[in-house]
Amino acid sequence: MEDPSDVEAIEAAVAGLLYVVLPAVLLLLWWAIGRRQERRHLASLAAREKAVADVLVTSLRGFPGAAAGGPPPELVCGEAAIASDGFKTWVFGLRNLFGGESRSYTRLFDRARREALARMAEAARARGYDAVCNVRFGTVDIGGNASGAGRRAAPMAVCTASGTAYRLAADA
Amino acid sequence: MIVVNTETVPGCRIVELKGMVQGNTVRAKHAGRDIAAGFKNLIGGELKGYTELLTESRREAVSRMMAQAEALGANAILNVRFSTSAVTAGASEIMAYGTAAIVEAEA
Repeated sequence: MEDPSDVEAIEAAVAGLLYVVLPAVLLLLWWAIGRRQERRHLASLAAREKAVADVLVTSLRGFPGAAAGGPPPELVCGEAAIASDGFKTWVFGLRNLFGGESRSYTRLFDRARREALARMAEAARARGYDAVCNVRFGTVDIGGNASGAGRRAAPMAVCTASGTAYRLAADA
Repeated sequence: MIVVNTETVPGCRIVELKGMVQGNTVRAKHAGRDIAAGFKNLIGGELKGYTELLTESRREAVSRMMAQAEALGANAILNVRFSTSAVTAGASEIMAYGTAAIVEAEA
């Protein structure tokens, strides 16, 4: 016959494993992977922003420093969808209870917007332009990836940037 | 066709306005990409499927808008704007609109 206190101890151990250890391990894993993703993305952004730093990007409606003649201007766009990770999502759940700024989500949107802007500048450069004016930002609601009914939508930052690419005058 | 989101084109003057033109599209990615995005939401990083979805949608919307302008006999679309709306999970509507015009190089 088994000692009932042994059974209780096993039950407690299993419950502890299920409700404390497993979530903690998962959160730690998500935090580590999410942080790595974010750092890699920020490094890639910094390098690419540097590479297109010579493209004059403005939100002005005119064409500052435009060359007379030259190729006709062209619409250029960039977009990026960046996912939250399990850790950020969990932390935001807490943040939502207490209120206040969610720095991790603020950074998430910043990354998506910088990515969209960098892609727009890269598109302008690839087409032989060196300036983009009248830049506008937008956001898109893809509604998460909740394919099944009742599933919560996955948090993500989806940003777009568009502007008009043109050539600068040589002396500008 | 000159497509810009400014009201003017440097070195060109507007000869004739043809009115508003627009193009829209609602697109979705196949279920596999949605499931992959679900996993991506645990580890973070770019949702390439959804970025692609946006790029495709925007190109489609712009090309439909350009087709309308062409049908009106315009050679430029000015002041292009984008508008988006949420449809359902995993899908989005993108609409592009602008003003079709005939422009010519200034003498």
